[in-house]
Amino acid sequence: MDAPVNPLKYEHRPTGRRPADPSLAPRRYRRLFRRVAFSTAGVTILPLLIMTGINYHQYQRAIEAETRQPITSQTSNAQHAVEFFLKERESALRFIVTQGTVTLDCNNDQLNRNLKSLRTSLSIGSFVDLGVIDASGRQRCYAGPYKLLGKSYKGQDWFAQVNRRGIYISDVFLGFRKSPHFVIAIRQEGAGGAFILRATIDTKELSEQILTIGLRPSSDAFLINRKGVLQSPSRDYGKVLDRCPLKVPHYTKGAQVIQRIDRKGKLFVGIAYIEDSPFVLILTKRSAEVMGGWITLRAEMLVFLGISVILILLVIYFVSRNMVQRIREADVARAQVFHKMEYNNKLASVGRLAAGVAHEINNPLAIINEKAGLLKDRITLSDDDFPQETKLLATIDSILKSVLRCSTITHRLLGFAKHMDILFETIELSDLLKEVLGFLAKEATYRNIQVEFKIDDDTPSIESDRGQLQQVFLNIINNAFAAMADGGQLEISIGRVDNTTVAVHVKDDGVGIPEENLERIFEPFFTTKPGIGTGLGLSVTYGIVEKLGGNLRVKSEVGKGTRFIVELPTSKPA
Amino acid sequence: MLLVDDEKDFVDTLSKRLLARDYSVAVAYSGPQALALAAQEAPDLMILDLRMPGMDGIEVLGRLRELRCEVEVIMLTGHGGAEEERAARALGAFEYLQKPADIGQLVDTMQRAYAKLIAGRSSR
Repeated sequence: MDAPVNPLKYEHRPTGRRPADPSLAPRRYRRLFRRVAFSTAGVTILPLLIMTGINYHQYQRAIEAETRQPITSQTSNAQHAVEFFLKERESALRFIVTQGTVTLDCNNDQLNRNLKSLRTSLSIGSFVDLGVIDASGRQRCYAGPYKLLGKSYKGQDWFAQVNRRGIYISDVFLGFRKSPHFVIAIRQEGAGGAFILRATIDTKELSEQILTIGLRPSSDAFLINRKGVLQSPSRDYGKVLDRCPLKVPHYTKGAQVIQRIDRKGKLFVGIAYIEDSPFVLILTKRSAEVMGGWITLRAEMLVFLGISVILILLVIYFVSRNMVQRIREADVARAQVFHKMEYNNKLASVGRLAAGVAHEINNPLAIINEKAGLLKDRITLSDDDFPQETKLLATIDSILKSVLRCSTITHRLLGFAKHMDILFETIELSDLLKEVLGFLAKEATYRNIQVEFKIDDDTPSIESDRGQLQQVFLNIINNAFAAMADGGQLEISIGRVDNTTVAVHVKDDGVGIPEENLERIFEPFFTTKPGIGTGLGLSVTYGIVEKLGGNLRVKSEVGKGTRFIVELPTSKPA
Repeated sequence: MLLVDDEKDFVDTLSKRLLARDYSVAVAYSGPQALALAAQEAPDLMILDLRMPGMDGIEVLGRLRELRCEVEVIMLTGHGGAEEERAARALGAFEYLQKPADIGQLVDTMQRAYAKLIAGRSSR
């Protein structure tokens, strides 16, 4: 049997008895392999990918939500803290007004005392100065380090704002001693009219408080104004009055968390607009820090996915290839069986036809035989002389010879179609073949044909019909002799094929059989030597081998030689 | 002897040839005719064809057996294979020959049959 064929690398190897069958074309099996491989790969990998994608997405959202939650709370808390701080300052100012110690009619000493008491009672966010400004924008009284007495703020924006809204908080600026300050101003109705109480506050402690929120190395917390200018120092983005590169969404009431990217990577940014002030609280946390767990999980998922996909593809490739290979082998085997069956059927029906014809012919043949014989009798057995007696007899003899020839053919045909019984006995093939060679020994020596005899040691004896096997091998070896030139070489080898089969190879180095004839040599009446023989020899031989439960094959190459392979079962076929 | 065959041409020609060789020959063209003649003439030898319309050669053989006819039968047929040969021999046929048969071979077989007949008779 041929070695198993890889459907992806099939090459057509012609042998003696296999026709080129388009349904066995390698292209078909490549297509089948592709279809099988792709559909199984698709059906396994696609859901895997989808599931992984969905899981990834779900996990990411869940973890993100979980991450945002604490940031939102923190931001919110910080927002309230800052608002409270500012409210405290505002309340302090309002308190000293309602106390009655500050009015439109103020004096600097009183204001100084107020300032002093504010500075001592509120330990954080030190008041730097205090000023009273009248309704027309003129600084009436002032307590503090700057020289602001008499200044007018009439046209200024903050003045309009505080009059309108009752409170004004300024952006941070570099003030006294170049440290950052901001201004808080309130409008009050007092005895004598409305006035504005304005205080400058040092941001040092506020900034410190905010910074402690963003204590961890992956966090930052600071204030910016609506234009993105830092109002408190930021670890990542610079000192006060530097520009913060983060883009901030518009005003919303509560704390919100968004995601941004800066030059160090991805961030979560908590944002809270501080009420009644120009400040916006920013809290940042590096994604890598807080989502560390997620990043590990994600990496694991992807690695798992990758390995799974590779494994799946490998398995599918090899399993599909194996399967398609098997399918192809099965198809080939089946095609061979069909072909053989078809062939045998054909031979059988030709055989039956031939037998029928032979039977019918025998009778008329017998009549010709007797009539010619009678003519001969009349001439030879009578006392009279016939004109041209010798010629007449010769003519009659040639009729009789032709009858004999016909009769040989019909007898052979009937022998071919007969159901002869098989007489089983135990046979050593080597002995039998030596016997047959013995019949042809004279011819072999005369024509100087070398016969090489090879027998495997483990060849068992077989159960078969001696006479018929002799006929088989006689016929095959005769054919071989006929094909060889004088001085040629005949090789006979006997060996075991498997536990139940033995094979005899008869190889000659004669003229060989052309490929187009190889398929037909076992057909009855097929002959390449018209006029010689009946063309029945090999078909009879084939029939006998089949009947004995064996198999007869031929391989040949023109100019090189021919090999007949006779396979026989070791025991009686069931 | 009795020649039995439905092919008239064949059986007539053969009988002429046997007569030329100094044998006494009768012919029958069918099974029933053969049996009737056998009962009448009690031939020593019968040359019997297998395939005949109506009663075939095997049946004739059987009947002959039944009737305990003392006759040696040589089957001479263009049909038939091993099975028919076995059946004929089982029914007591002396020999089974294929058509067309060589006249020399036929005569030899006849001689052997006669010899057997004589031997059989003399041992009684």
